[in-house]
Amino acid sequence: MSELWRRFGRLGGGLVLATALLWALLLIVLPQLLMVELSFRPNLPAAARGGPEDVLSLANYAALWANPLHRAIFWQTIWSSLLVTLLALLVCYPVAFHLAQEARGTRALLLATALVIPFWVNEILRTFSWFLILARNGLVNRLLLGLGVIEEPLALGGVGAVMIGMVYAYVLFMIFPLYNALESLDRNQIEAARDLGASTWRIHWRVVIPHAKPGIAVGCVMTFMLAAGTFAVPQIMQSLPGGTNARWFTQIIYSYFFDGGDWNRGSAYAFALLLLCIVFVMATMRLFRVGLRDIAK
Amino acid sequence: MQGAEVALEGVGLAYGAFWAVRGIDLTVRPGEFFSLLGPSGCGKTTILRLVSGFVEPTEGVIRIDGRDVRGVGPAARPTALVFQNLALFPLMRVWENVAFGLEVRGVAKAERRRRAEELLELVALPGFAEKRVDELSGGQRQRVAIARALAVEPKVLLLDEPLSALDLKLRQHMRAELKAIQRRTGVTFLYITHDQGEAFTMSDRVAVMSQGRIEQVGTPAEIYDAPATAFVASFVGESNPLPGRVRESAGGLARIDTALGPLRARDPRGLAPGSAAILVVRPERCRLDGAGEGDGPADRLARAEDAPVNRIEGRLARIDFEGAFANLVVASPAGPALKVQVANDGRLSRLEAGAPVTVRFPAEAALALPEGPLARE
Repeated sequence: MSELWRRFGRLGGGLVLATALLWALLLIVLPQLLMVELSFRPNLPAAARGGPEDVLSLANYAALWANPLHRAIFWQTIWSSLLVTLLALLVCYPVAFHLAQEARGTRALLLATALVIPFWVNEILRTFSWFLILARNGLVNRLLLGLGVIEEPLALGGVGAVMIGMVYAYVLFMIFPLYNALESLDRNQIEAARDLGASTWRIHWRVVIPHAKPGIAVGCVMTFMLAAGTFAVPQIMQSLPGGTNARWFTQIIYSYFFDGGDWNRGSAYAFALLLLCIVFVMATMRLFRVGLRDIAK
Repeated sequence: MQGAEVALEGVGLAYGAFWAVRGIDLTVRPGEFFSLLGPSGCGKTTILRLVSGFVEPTEGVIRIDGRDVRGVGPAARPTALVFQNLALFPLMRVWENVAFGLEVRGVAKAERRRRAEELLELVALPGFAEKRVDELSGGQRQRVAIARALAVEPKVLLLDEPLSALDLKLRQHMRAELKAIQRRTGVTFLYITHDQGEAFTMSDRVAVMSQGRIEQVGTPAEIYDAPATAFVASFVGESNPLPGRVRESAGGLARIDTALGPLRARDPRGLAPGSAAILVVRPERCRLDGAGEGDGPADRLARAEDAPVNRIEGRLARIDFEGAFANLVVASPAGPALKVQVANDGRLSRLEAGAPVTVRFPAEAALALPEGPLARE
């Protein structure tokens, strides 16, 4: 902060600060507050607004609870996002460990580059590549047909396909926090544990994972939030044969805002999702016994 | 606990075309405190990693108590390593650190705890079981690291410069402590250091290494008083190496032509006349004629007419007063400057920089060695 004053002077620094605050207020805080307010009001025609029916209530939230289909999709979204997070962790941990502790020199560089390059491509295109792999005439079906394993192309769509797409889409958001945490682990600690007779499994359980906990927590929180809040990945993967059952809660929110024209209901649904995500973040932090301070590192 | 014998037979380790160590023949006796002494990069840590099992030799055999341990991983060898940076587990309590090796072996928690307390007692840290690692001082961490290594009841404890992170006073205290722990446990200690003070004060025997090879193995006194090579003579302690050529050698004494004139020195090897040699003499074995000279029996003997004594004329170029003694530099127009150390007998103040002096040392105090590379200062 004092750096700001020194560089731009009292007036200039104040201006920079005020601009940033104004930006946050106008574009982030106010719209959110507006949505909170919307979520507690009924969806009324313009003429009835401000009338006797326009009262604050929990009706929009109750509607989510009352609608079994929406409720099921809500829980499925949360559950699938949890699974996506877990899968991403399982996939990324060995990669991040190898990159941080074992790979050296050119090999490490090549590996890191190979990981980053797909992320120069837009998320939609990245997801679309998995669509092509799993499509009716896609790579998997053609391979299996060619090998004579199957006679008819399989319908590979569904929640599983959406989850694969997501794990792929968010791998880096898991790998980087893990890598950061693992990279700071003193190699001698691993060797000391090995010298004392510990198996690979125990070295990870007792030495590596406890050290990497803040990184694991950050990676899980980021991946879960991205997965629960994504719109593009399920939208694309749903077009796979057999994929129509894989609806994501964000799609319902989207349709209330843009198809149904019921912003009030949409807002309530969006906040219900946000609320559960916050609960997840808190629970993760509690589970890994890390504070906000550790995550900020 | 019982120490094991460690034997290296023609051991070499190559990284590509580069040999980190080669032709290592070494036997560490059971229950011995053995040090590997050498400058950084001489390969001493490599030997430690070879014995611990983290790397396998490219050639040669390593035996522990006679058993060939090639192909046996670090977890299965009867060795335990104390790392240079200690590598304690910062997220575990002190006792969990100490008991980690037992936890790995499936020892029940209560028993682990009891053993950890015992070991903490052994390293003089009673009551520290519940402390966190970051609450400990440097010396305390040191002891925890040693207790953790001893917990698995190793037959050989490998220590990689474990005192280098401590300050001088603590380091000296820990030397005595380490030696005491070694005596109490009877475990063979293989100790790596570049600090000759550490090696000499603690060790039964020392191996001096240079450039991936062993230069000499011997007791600290043998290494200091009878260095086998020019490298050892120049690496261990202070010395004046004077290159020259052997004129004659007879009866264990050689006469060597140096830039400072013909000088006489002990020659246990009987160097061939005409061969290149290095004469080394320790600064504390030199005396000054005239100012500040001693008057003990040895001095009188050295002054006697018939004893073979070397005399070098020069000028007192520098006086570094250290308190108990003074380090002098005597410059001679003919050749290299000589380091001379004189004890403080109360007459040091008579020394005057720039004054002409004569450096004198008996032939018996100097040693003739075959020419060879010297340690870098």
